[in-house]
Amino acid sequence: MALDDRKSDFTFVGTRPDRPDGLDKVTGRAKFGADAVAPGMLFGAIVRSPHAHARIVKIDTSKAEAMKGVKAVVTRADFATGLTGEFWNVQENVMAGDTALYDGHAVAAVAATSALDARDAAKLIEVEYEVLPHVTDVDKAMAADAPVIRDGTADGSVPEGMHPNVVRYHESGHGDVAAGFAEADLVIEDSFKTEATHQGYIEPHACLASLGADGKGELWCTTQGHWYAQKHCAALLGIETSQLRVTASEIGGGFGGKTTVFIEPVALALSRKANRPVKLVMSRSEVLRATGPTSSTSMDVKIGMKKDGTITAAEGVFRLQGGAFPGAPMEFTAMCAFAPYALENVRQVGYDVIANRPKQAAYRAPGSPMAAFAVESVIDLLCQELDLDPVEVRLKNASKKGTKASYGPRFDDIGLVECLEAARDHPHYSAPLEQGQGRGISCGFWFNHGGETSVSLALSEDGTVQVSVGTPDIGGSRASMALMASETLGIPYENIRVTIADTATLGYNDVSHGSRVTYASGLATIKAAQAAIAEMCKRAAAKWGIPEDAVKWEDGCAVPSGPNAGDFEPLAMADITADMGATGGPISGHFEATPEGAGVSFGVHIVDAQVDPETGKTSIPRYTVIQDAGKAVHPAYVEGQFQGGAAQGIGWALNEEYIYGEDGRLQNAVFLDYRIPVASDLPMIDTVIVEVPNPGHPYGVRGVGETGIVPPLAAIANAVSRAAGVRMHELPMSPPRILAALKADG
Amino acid sequence: MNYHSPASFAEASALAENADGVTRFLAGGTDVLVQLRADIVTPDTLIDIKKIDGVSDITQNDDGSWTLGVAVTGAEMTEHASLSRDWPGVVEAMDLVGSTQVQGRATLTGNLCNGSPAADSVPAMVAAGVTVTVTGADGSREVAVGDIPTGPGRTSLAKGELVSAVNIPARGDNAGDAYLRFIPRTEMDIAVVGVAVSLRLDGDTVTEARVSLGAVAPTVLLVQECADAIIGSTLDDAALDALAAAASAACNPITDKRGTVEFRTDVAGVLAKRAAKIAYARAKGETVKGDHA
Ligand SMILES: Cc1cc2nc3c(=O)[nH]c(=O)nc-3n(C[C@H](O)[C@H](O)[C@H](O)COP(=O)(O)OP(=O)(O)OC[C@H]3O[C@@H](n4cnc5c(N)ncnc54)[C@H](O)[C@@H]3O)c2cc1C
Repeated sequence: MALDDRKSDFTFVGTRPDRPDGLDKVTGRAKFGADAVAPGMLFGAIVRSPHAHARIVKIDTSKAEAMKGVKAVVTRADFATGLTGEFWNVQENVMAGDTALYDGHAVAAVAATSALDARDAAKLIEVEYEVLPHVTDVDKAMAADAPVIRDGTADGSVPEGMHPNVVRYHESGHGDVAAGFAEADLVIEDSFKTEATHQGYIEPHACLASLGADGKGELWCTTQGHWYAQKHCAALLGIETSQLRVTASEIGGGFGGKTTVFIEPVALALSRKANRPVKLVMSRSEVLRATGPTSSTSMDVKIGMKKDGTITAAEGVFRLQGGAFPGAPMEFTAMCAFAPYALENVRQVGYDVIANRPKQAAYRAPGSPMAAFAVESVIDLLCQELDLDPVEVRLKNASKKGTKASYGPRFDDIGLVECLEAARDHPHYSAPLEQGQGRGISCGFWFNHGGETSVSLALSEDGTVQVSVGTPDIGGSRASMALMASETLGIPYENIRVTIADTATLGYNDVSHGSRVTYASGLATIKAAQAAIAEMCKRAAAKWGIPEDAVKWEDGCAVPSGPNAGDFEPLAMADITADMGATGGPISGHFEATPEGAGVSFGVHIVDAQVDPETGKTSIPRYTVIQDAGKAVHPAYVEGQFQGGAAQGIGWALNEEYIYGEDGRLQNAVFLDYRIPVASDLPMIDTVIVEVPNPGHPYGVRGVGETGIVPPLAAIANAVSRAAGVRMHELPMSPPRILAALKADG
Repeated sequence: MNYHSPASFAEASALAENADGVTRFLAGGTDVLVQLRADIVTPDTLIDIKKIDGVSDITQNDDGSWTLGVAVTGAEMTEHASLSRDWPGVVEAMDLVGSTQVQGRATLTGNLCNGSPAADSVPAMVAAGVTVTVTGADGSREVAVGDIPTGPGRTSLAKGELVSAVNIPARGDNAGDAYLRFIPRTEMDIAVVGVAVSLRLDGDTVTEARVSLGAVAPTVLLVQECADAIIGSTLDDAALDALAAAASAACNPITDKRGTVEFRTDVAGVLAKRAAKIAYARAKGETVKGDHA
């Protein structure tokens, strides 16, 4: 087999072995962000603004500095100056400059010899504020009378005459939507809103930082991307990137929220000032107040349909509020909105709006779930009005290979039709509904991502293998890497140990985001293994005295081939590695690239909702996730990703929300009132893995981490709306909101 | 912070009487320790009452009434078969508090004295006619549960006073109670509305009733109009509608992050009906599992 052919029969890939990090995690041996200690370590605490918007008049640190046990106090003055662009945004977010921009914005920090002393010292830091008018709602932030949050933030894309809080604009599409709407038998236009939700990872941000006067530092932190952390911390502190070594801890969930830095630069600044290691651990309230939730949205969607279900045109306007900084992923919202459908006429517009809230961070398929909520709700309304089957309508309009996507390119091999057919044929779709129940479905789309990737694979003398990857394992990826390496090398899964290497060990690796790890680090692992195989074949050829290309690799052995076939006994890996020191030195394989063939991903969800008409309370008795995985390397972890997306989507749809008071303060910064679903809220979530191989990966893999959260908001809204007999336009569909809608409906 | 573990209520009372600053009693600690860690209340004096003799006892007295020690946990109540048979509503209300872990520590007394308007066991205790024994410098007195909370986070206990026992009346025949709360999820949440009903039947007719509402006013409510709506009825639809209307009318809630005035008012009526039906069935001798509404 030529090394570049796509494989289709597998020995190890597609099996379900135990995860290599499993024992550590169930016995408590795994080291997470808060588990690191160092000699002489100090504890940090951060002072945060109680105001949504306030000018910082004065910070008096003298009382805190005088307190026994306090070793350092830092403010913005202790960070680098002159940053621009995203470096400046991140710096401004981790430590306020002149102005506190949201409730919870960091304004100062202290390090002391105990955590309690640090907490008490933080209370002694006196900050004088001049409170400014604030705005937290996306529509209100765009209105003419809204307070201006950061004038001059808008870039050149924003049309003339918009409020300065509108900072970026996007427009795309093709065809003639007006002509398309004219062809329709029915056009429905409707408006929708979603509230911000938090990724809700169980592990709060935590780090241990050490930075000396020589500009050399060490950082241990829970992160989805330690090279990102290295680059940003170095910039914010004004040191050289390579002088800061960053090690990623085990990570207790990230979901996109740990793709940036919050406390890490602060801990480094404290450490540099105190000349001691500093540990910083966020409380849950700090996580909710000051780390990235999603954007909140306000959306208008208009779709035209013929009586037979053909969509003639679609148009959407998507307004995203992403906190006091540019970057709300409105272009993703716009580009994903209509991607599941082959449309002749489509237009989408996005607005990035700033408001007095924490800087949004990525959350699984950033921006796409909200778009699906609006678009798929309108499609459901059209199906109801035209009395059409929701799956058949979606099949009729589904994007396929060759379709010109709503956002521009033509699709290669994709699995949406296969997912819809699997939905149509699934027993769930035809199961009878009970009184008070409704069924909803929705499609979902996400781009997936490649990104800078560097992997190194080293052979040990006993024929076992160490794989070093640079992408923190947020979903069982060490198991998947080991499976792909064992498949390529032809040796057992157990003979491979995969390690997440620190920044000093490999070249730059992009963050574990964009569903990229199994795809990109997997591809790099396969290529690195192939490089090691080539070297092993070379050693065997030398030993046998035959040309290198007369040796092939089969089932973990070098085997003579061609005219030499059968001339020599095959050499197993361990035979080659046993004396590699004498045959040319250690054998390893590397691969570095920015792979471009991530392969887009589609999914379809079916959900039943039961609504109590007297209280507005919703339960979810049945849920099925169907999604294209390209090739499921470890099917159990693929299923886990599907189920996790659905579970988080149920929370987002039903009860999770950022609640701001009139004063602009977050009202529910604890898990008691920030209502993530508990285990008993969820049904057993059924899964179907569809496999339409991705042409861009040697084994056909597509990322699966994000698409699973795209359909739930819409699918649940459709189910709830059908169950309640009234269309829900706003998330979350909390009981008070549903009861109010029922009452308004009579 | 000073920590004490006295051997008697008299000693505990004296410690509290003489303490400066903020004093807290430590029963299960599921409010006290959480508030401490979250930097909400840092007591100057912490008086652990769990070392006092008898505080973990559940005793049925000769007249059929019950005396519960102030450190009896939710889990111990749920596992007590005859207490659960007598007062399923009180037991299920306490059982709703927190998780398995919290159940191993949390107490009725702590739930009451923490002073939360949304405390789950309090409406059930009020409907059941539970009293607490309060011990202070001048000895002990018996106080109705409904008279302990005076507002969010406040109680009628004077400095130096503490609860030394929980007294649950004899259940008697043909009677049942029930507690339902509304939460948006199924577990680990705080009541948006709570309703407890305790009633007695003569044949099919309700002869005695007490209906109590939680989380719809600054303190727990005992609503006579609700009782009047069902006393003398067979809990027919008309009586249930009158009960719901009376419950909604009694509400004096606020709009907050957990629910609107309108929602709380509506749902109080809905839960009153549902709880009354369960209490009625129990009074008839049926075993009805309460659900989390
Ligand atoms: C995860 C979690 C979930 C929870 N869920 C619920 C819930 O669903 N419903 C609910 O109602 N509550 C809930 N709570 C709150 C708490 O568990 C209950 O209020 C519990 O009953 C408190 O009992 P305790 O014994 O732990 O009280 P403690 O924390 O020991 O004390 C609470 C208060 O009572 C006072 N006190 C204690 N003993 C005495 C005494 N003998 N005399 C006078 N004052 C006294 C203390 O000074 C303190 O102010 C939850 C708490 C947690 C942590």
